[in-house]
This record gives sequence, C-alpha cells and structure tokens, in this order.
Amino acid sequence: MTIRQILKRLFTNPLSLTGIVLILFFAAVAIFAPVIAPPPPRARDPYDMPRYGYSSVPQPPSSEHLFGTTEGQYDIFYGVVWGTRTAFKAGLIVTAATVLVGVTLGTLAAYYLGGIDNVLMRIVEIFQAFPFLLAAITMAAVLQPKLGRGIWAPMVALIVFGWTTYARLARGDVLSVREREYVLAARVAGAGDLRIMLRHILPNAIFPTMVVASMDIGTYVLSFAALSFLGVGVQVGYSDWGQIIAFARNWIPVLSDYWFIIVFPGMAITLFVLAWNLVGDAFRDILDPRMRGARGM
Amino acid sequence: MIPYIIRRLLVLPIILLGVSILIFSLLMLLSPMERVALYATDVPHTADGLERMIKKYGLDDPIQAQYWRWLVGQRDADTGEIKGGILRGNLGWSHTAQMPVMEAIKERFPASAELALFSIIPLLGIGIFLGVQSALHHNQFVDHVLRTFSIIGYSLPTFVFGLLMLMLFYSKLRWFPPERLSQWAKAMVFSPTSGYIQYTHMYTIDALLNGRLDIFWDAIRHIVLPVIGLSYLNWALTLRVMRSSMLEALRQDYVTTARAKGLAERVVINRHARKNALIPVATIGGLIFVGFLSGVVITETIFNLQGMGLLYADAALNLDIVTLLGLALFNSLLFVAGNLTVDILYAFIDPRVRLS
Repeated sequence: MTIRQILKRLFTNPLSLTGIVLILFFAAVAIFAPVIAPPPPRARDPYDMPRYGYSSVPQPPSSEHLFGTTEGQYDIFYGVVWGTRTAFKAGLIVTAATVLVGVTLGTLAAYYLGGIDNVLMRIVEIFQAFPFLLAAITMAAVLQPKLGRGIWAPMVALIVFGWTTYARLARGDVLSVREREYVLAARVAGAGDLRIMLRHILPNAIFPTMVVASMDIGTYVLSFAALSFLGVGVQVGYSDWGQIIAFARNWIPVLSDYWFIIVFPGMAITLFVLAWNLVGDAFRDILDPRMRGARGM
Repeated sequence: MIPYIIRRLLVLPIILLGVSILIFSLLMLLSPMERVALYATDVPHTADGLERMIKKYGLDDPIQAQYWRWLVGQRDADTGEIKGGILRGNLGWSHTAQMPVMEAIKERFPASAELALFSIIPLLGIGIFLGVQSALHHNQFVDHVLRTFSIIGYSLPTFVFGLLMLMLFYSKLRWFPPERLSQWAKAMVFSPTSGYIQYTHMYTIDALLNGRLDIFWDAIRHIVLPVIGLSYLNWALTLRVMRSSMLEALRQDYVTTARAKGLAERVVINRHARKNALIPVATIGGLIFVGFLSGVVITETIFNLQGMGLLYADAALNLDIVTLLGLALFNSLLFVAGNLTVDILYAFIDPRVRLS
C-alpha cells in the first residue's frame, strides 16, 4: 500500500479524521503559544507559568485568568497552552528514541543471533521484570539531581525502560525475514551486513513495530504526565498538564469548589492522547487488518 | 510440562540477581552526599556531620562492596551482631516505612491485594460481556459506541479520572470517601482492646470474619471508587481483546459447522465461539492481575490507599535504596510467578498449546 493510499484512508475514516483535526488543532496551539499566551516581559523561561500573587487559595476562572489560578496563583490557561508544547516534545521524542534504540538492538540481535542475541534477550527480560511505571519512577527520581527538574529526567527515564517492547517486536520480525530469498540473494551478490540490514531487511520488517509505536505516542504522553503528577517529573510551576493537575492533590475534600484545576488540563491531556489513539487505531487497521483489535501487550 | 516449569524456575534467581544489580547500579549513579539525605533526620550540628554519616553507613565504599553488604549483611562494630543481608532472608530496614522491609511488605501487600481482588472480577466479566456484544454487532451502532468508549478509556489518564470521581462522589456528594476506612472504623480495627482480630489485613474480609457488618460496609464504601478507576482502563483493554478474538472465532469453520448442524444461535455463540475466544483474554487477565498485585501507584496515591504502589513511589521519591530493592525483588518474583502461572493455565485451557 502506498503512502498516498494510506493517507487517503486516514482522511476518509471519520474517527481518524477527528484525530487528525485534533492533532492539527493542538499543533496550532503549540506553534502560536507565544501569541495565545504571551510570556510576561523579563520571563526567565517561557515554560515557567507566570504567577499573579502568592495567595495559597486557587481562584476560579475570570476575565484575566480564563482557566483560573492554582494555589500560589499560577495561571492555568498559560500552563495549558504552553503545556501543549511539552506534550508534543514528550510524546514524539520519547517514541522516536525508544523505537530507534529498540529497533537497532532488536535487529542486531536477530541478524547476528548467537551470543549477542542471548545476552540482549536476557537484558530485555530483566528490564521487563519491572512494572514499567515503577521502573520509570525510580529512574526519574535518580536522574533528577543529574539532569535537573526539566523535561529531560522523566523523558530519559521513559526511554530507558521503554525500548524493550520494540526490541522484542523488531527481533521477531527481523527473524522472520532474514532467511528470505531476497536477503540471501543480496548476500550472494556481496552486499555488506549493514547494507543488507538497512536496505533489505528493515524495510520489510519494520511495519508492525511502527504500528505499535504509533499507538504508543499517547501512552508515553500519559506516562510523562503521570511522572509529573507523582512529583518525579518537571518542577512545580513548569507548563506541563500533569504538573498542573498535581496541584489538585492538596484540595481533594473541597475539589468541587476548585474543579478548574483538574477539568481544563485534564481535558487537554485526554483530547491530546485521544487524538493520537484515534489515528494510531486507524493506522493499524489500514496497515494490518489481521491485527484489528489486538493491542501488543 | 514439568521440565518446562523447572527450567523457568531455574531462570528466576538469575532474573532476581539481574533486577537487583540493575536497581543498585541505578541508585549508585547518585553521589554519597545525595544518598545520605535519607539517613539524616535533622540538620547536622557539626561541619563534618554528613561526612561521618556517609562513613558510618559506608556510602562511599566501592559499589561492589556496598552490593555485597546488601547481599550478606554487615557485622555491627559495637555489638558484633550481623545486620541485614538478603541471603540471610533479611531485606533490611525501610526508612520510608519506618519498619523492616519485610514487615512493610506484609503490611502493605493486603491493601493492594484487596483492591486487585475486588477489581479483577467485574473488570473481566464486564469486559468479556461487552467484547462479545461488540463482536456480535460488528460495525453496528452498539459496536461503534463500545469502541468509542474503549478508546476514551485508553486516553483518559487514571489520575484525571480518579480525581474527577473524587470531585463528584466525595467532595460534592460525600458518598465514597478516600483512604481505606473511616476514623471510627480505624479506631475499632486497630484498638488492642476491642477484640477485633485482623486475620488477613484485607479490611472487607476481616470485617466479615469478625461479624462486623458496619465495618464491612464502611470498607466497601471506601473501595468503590478505586475499583472503578482501576477497572475503566483495563476494561477497555479486555473489551478490545475479547472483541477481536471473538470476531476471529466467529469466522472459524467449526462455528459454521455448528450452525449448519442446526444448533440454536445461543448455543453456537456461548459454547462454540465464546469458549475459544476466551483464551487470549485469560492471558491478559492474568497479566493485569499480577500488575495490580505489584501495586497501582497512581490509584493508590490519589485515594491514599497505603498499598505496595504508594510505598514504592514514596521510596523512590526518598531515594530509599533498601526499600526500593526489596520491593523490586518482590515485584519481579510476582511477575515471574504470575507469567509462569498464566503459561501453565494456558496449556490447560488450550490443548493445542505445548509448553517446551
């Protein structure tokens, strides 16, 4: 199926079209963030949510603060708008890096087999004996003193424990094509290992992994937000949806008075992840009708 | 099958060793100064206070020396007794829980287990039922509605859903409070004089065993929201897997044969198609259950349930290496045992599967 056909089906399916429109909307918000929510003059970092006073009581939405303020008077609207950029960075960079690491290692293991394969698969097993979120929490907590309380500590943590899924998938798929005639033909023709892997094996083995990856963008955004929510992600006051929602934890008994702390950023993150899931779902149906409905565990 | 089980069990110690080395090396990325914070209870009065503490706990020893000490324990310089040592069955002292790690696990595990037990049955039951409905009405209205709900289930973060439920059902309506018990019930359960015995530390079961329906009802009220919160996401997953495997089963020849024999549609669906379609769900159900037992960090945090997940998150925030190692070992043990159980069950359900 050509790229053009895939795109055509993505744009004609109402569900994936909804997803695409949502993603475009979020992309526009991210690009025009400095216009929609201009950072205050002399701001050190535009990702820091501006504060309007130091009162410890959250303020409801008003004409100055469209989505209200959290305790410490951080402007929620500003945080939600700039948080869009954080979400794009987290989702795309983490997915790209995990896929790159996982596919590289999985391909090498399946291509050379033997000792490399054995060692790698044992390492994968050890990494996977940890529940993913628990492992990421530990890693992020350890990385924070090293990498600071920006977006890098939680992102690296997700990458370190995320690549194993793709290593497994890629390994399995490469194993299934490495003995095909065209690979043998290339070898007989004198092609080098690298060329065989990049030109002959990967293009024929990579699709299932890409499908799973496209569905995982949303999952990584959720995990990133969860780390921030638990306090091992970005620092307090950084424009990140999970971090804003974490403010709600101090107000649980009176949460119905301060609904705006959860509802606005919560809506943003849900719609953002929903958009990627809608597209990923359709993408998978198009590429592999057999996999319809079964998500890689 | 027996050789398969034995082989899998033989791999277990290697995985445990690997996991402990992994966590250990992770935490050794931190400097002794960063790790000593856990042991410092107040601001040291002398300039070299922290230095002395680092020396006392051996935090600046070479990494292999520290790992060895965790494995076999350490002789106390003053009393001569041997402290710690995982190989002696001592997981060490948890600074986070303020008790030995073993005790902490014993205390926290029932909370996670109770939540898991209450969640898993409705979760699988409803997920399977809806998955079958979705498959039977493939591409019809019901199917579209259920698929939409399940995609939303994937997309709604657990912490947003949990907080929204707390906002409505606790903050607004006061129906379902957080934590595990109300104050009065806690006073009764933990009182040494009330004659209340904690058999399992699962509050609902204990309450029934003690014949206290009021405490049972209180515990139920506290567990309702976490169960719903935990179920929604995994319910979406179960529904989805059940739907696809049911669709697959309905296309099989034996279903056509059953219909051709003139069997009632209900029998065809329940006895022939659904039974076979359940196999992948059994695998996923097992994995979900094991995941629940190792602790669900977010749900336990939001509802302030003192379970395994919350302890783990607190330990990570404190960089409490001993607690983290203990919990990680326990988790990987659960994980490996759980996977093995699922594999074995799988061979029982599906005669085509041969374990080798």
